[in-house]
Amino acid sequence: MTAPLRIGFIPLVDAAALIVAVDKGFAAAEGLEVELVREVSWSNVRDKLNIGLFDAAHLLAPVAIASSLGLGHVKVPIAAPFNLGINGNAITVSPALHAALMEEIDGDRFDPLATAKALARVVAKRRKAGADPLTFGMTFPFSTHNYQLRFWMAAAGVDPDEDVRLVVLPPPYMVDSLANGHVDAFCVGAPWNSIAVDLGIGHILHFVSDILARAAEKVLAVRQVWADKNPDVVASLVRAAVKAAEFIEHPENRTEAAQILAQPERIGVDAEVIQRTLTGRLKISPDGTFRESGSYLLVGREEAGRPDPVQAAWLYAQMVRWGQTTLTPDGVKTAMAVFRPDLYDAALGQRPPAEAPAPFGAFAGPAFDPANIRGHLEAFEVGRWKA
Amino acid sequence: MSAEQSPKIVIVDESPIRAAILEEGLREAGFTQIVHIREMQSLLARIYAVDPDIILIDLENPSRDVLEAMFQVSRAVKRPIAMFVDQSDSSSIQASVEAGVSAYIVDGLRKERIKPILDLCVSRFNAFAKLQEELERTKSQLEDRKIIERAKGILMKVKGLTEDEAYVLLRSTAMREKKKIGEIAQSIITASEMLK
Repeated sequence: MTAPLRIGFIPLVDAAALIVAVDKGFAAAEGLEVELVREVSWSNVRDKLNIGLFDAAHLLAPVAIASSLGLGHVKVPIAAPFNLGINGNAITVSPALHAALMEEIDGDRFDPLATAKALARVVAKRRKAGADPLTFGMTFPFSTHNYQLRFWMAAAGVDPDEDVRLVVLPPPYMVDSLANGHVDAFCVGAPWNSIAVDLGIGHILHFVSDILARAAEKVLAVRQVWADKNPDVVASLVRAAVKAAEFIEHPENRTEAAQILAQPERIGVDAEVIQRTLTGRLKISPDGTFRESGSYLLVGREEAGRPDPVQAAWLYAQMVRWGQTTLTPDGVKTAMAVFRPDLYDAALGQRPPAEAPAPFGAFAGPAFDPANIRGHLEAFEVGRWKA
Repeated sequence: MSAEQSPKIVIVDESPIRAAILEEGLREAGFTQIVHIREMQSLLARIYAVDPDIILIDLENPSRDVLEAMFQVSRAVKRPIAMFVDQSDSSSIQASVEAGVSAYIVDGLRKERIKPILDLCVSRFNAFAKLQEELERTKSQLEDRKIIERAKGILMKVKGLTEDEAYVLLRSTAMREKKKIGEIAQSIITASEMLK
C-alpha cells in the first residue's frame, strides 16, 4: 500500500471534478487513495505543489504556466493532464457602478463592447470630476481573472494600469471588499459572484463567456518530473476526473454533486448557490433577475476536460501583452507544453480527436494564432509589451 | 548586530500570540525594527507606509496572494521586492513552508543576512505549533477529567458505590473494552441522559 496522494485545492466550484472524483469514489475505483487538502491562497497551492508537499493540485491555468516559465517565483515545470474547468468566472460590479454604467450604455447590456465603452465614459467623467480611479479586484497576478478584466476594458481603450486600479484580493474577501467600498467591481469564480448578488451588494455585469466563449480556467496540475515517474498514477487520476466530470454534467446528478461540493470541508457554501453555477442559471441582480447561459462553466462537456495547448499559448500572450514576460519562441513552446492532451488521450486509451477544439471566440481582436502571437498582439492598441 | 543598520521587518499574522513569539525571538537576535500588522484591510498600503526590508507572513493567511502582487506592480513600491529564496535555496523554502511561514525580501538585502532570520522563523513557528498542540492536549485532558467526574457521580448514585469503587469500575471497563476511560465515562453520561 502506497501513501495516499495529497492534492491541494481552493474552495471554488471549478474544483468540482476533483472533489467529486474523491468524495463519490471515482478515485477509489481507480485504486487511488487521495487526501484532499483545502488551501487559502494560490501562492500556498503553488509552493506546496512545487516542493512536493502536494502530489497534484487544483491550479489556476496561468499559475501552472508561470511556474514552468519561472515567472514570479521558482521555476518548476508543471504538467496539466486534465482541464478542470472552462469559463466559470463573472464580473460583478457595485450597485453604484452598475447604475453609472447603465446610464452611459449605448447598446445591448450584455454586449461586452457596449459595457466596456460605457466604462470608458464613466472613467473619463470621474477623472474630470477629480474622483479616485475605479478599483477592480482580481485573484492573482497570474490569473484568468486578471487577463479577462484587462481584455474586456482595454477593448474600449481603458488602460488597466493607468485608468483604473487592479488589486489582488483573496476570493473569500471579495464580497466584503465590494460591500465596504474597498473595490468597485471584481472578477472571480463561483460562488462569490452569486453571494454578492444574494447579499444585495452587487450586480453580475458579465459572465466571462460573454468576453471569451471558451477560456481554460483551472487545471489539474502535477510536477512534470512527477508525471514522468508516475505515469500510471497520472492516468488513473485523469480517468477518475473524467468520470467525475461526466457525473457532474449529467443534469439529474447536479443536486447530488452540489451537495457533495457544499460540505463544510470542501467549498462550504449553500448547495443551492453551487447548483446555480453548475446549471448556468444565475441570479444577476438583487431584484431577482436571472440569466441563463449554456457555457457558464464547462466541467466536462464539449471536451472541456481535454487540455488544449492553444489555450496555454493565449494565456502566455496575455502575460506578454501586460508586461509580465517578454515574447520568445521558447516561451511559447514552454507554455504550450504545460497543457498535455497526450497524457489525457493516453489515460483514456483514445486517439486525438479529429476535430480541433472550439476556438476562444473573443469579442474583440483578430482570431488567435499561437504561431503568430506578435501579429496578434499588434492588433491591440492598449498593452504593456515591448516589440 | 554589526555596524549595519538593523533591517526593518514586518510580520503579517492574524495570530497575536504567534506574532509575539516571533517578535521576541527576532528582538533577542538583535533585530530592533519590527512592525506587526494584524489588520488585513489595505494590507499593501500599510506595507508601503512601513517600507520594510523583509516581510514575514503565515501561510494560513489568504492575504499571501496580495503580497505576491507586489512583484507585478513594483513601480508602486520604492524598491522592487523579490520573493525570497532563489533556485539554490530549496531546502530553506521547504523548511519554511512546512513550518507554515513565508518570507518576502526586498532586493538588495544580502543573502547571508536573510538566512538566520528565516531559520528563526522556522524554529519559532514550530515552537508555536508545539505549544498549541500541548494546549489542545491539556484542554482535552481537562475535559476528560470533568466527564469522568460526572460519570463517577452517576455510578455512585445509581449503583450505590463509593467514589473509589466507581473509578475502579470505569477503569476496568475501559481496559476490558480497549477504550479510553474518557470514552467509557462519556457513554455512561449519554446513556443516563437517555434513560432520564
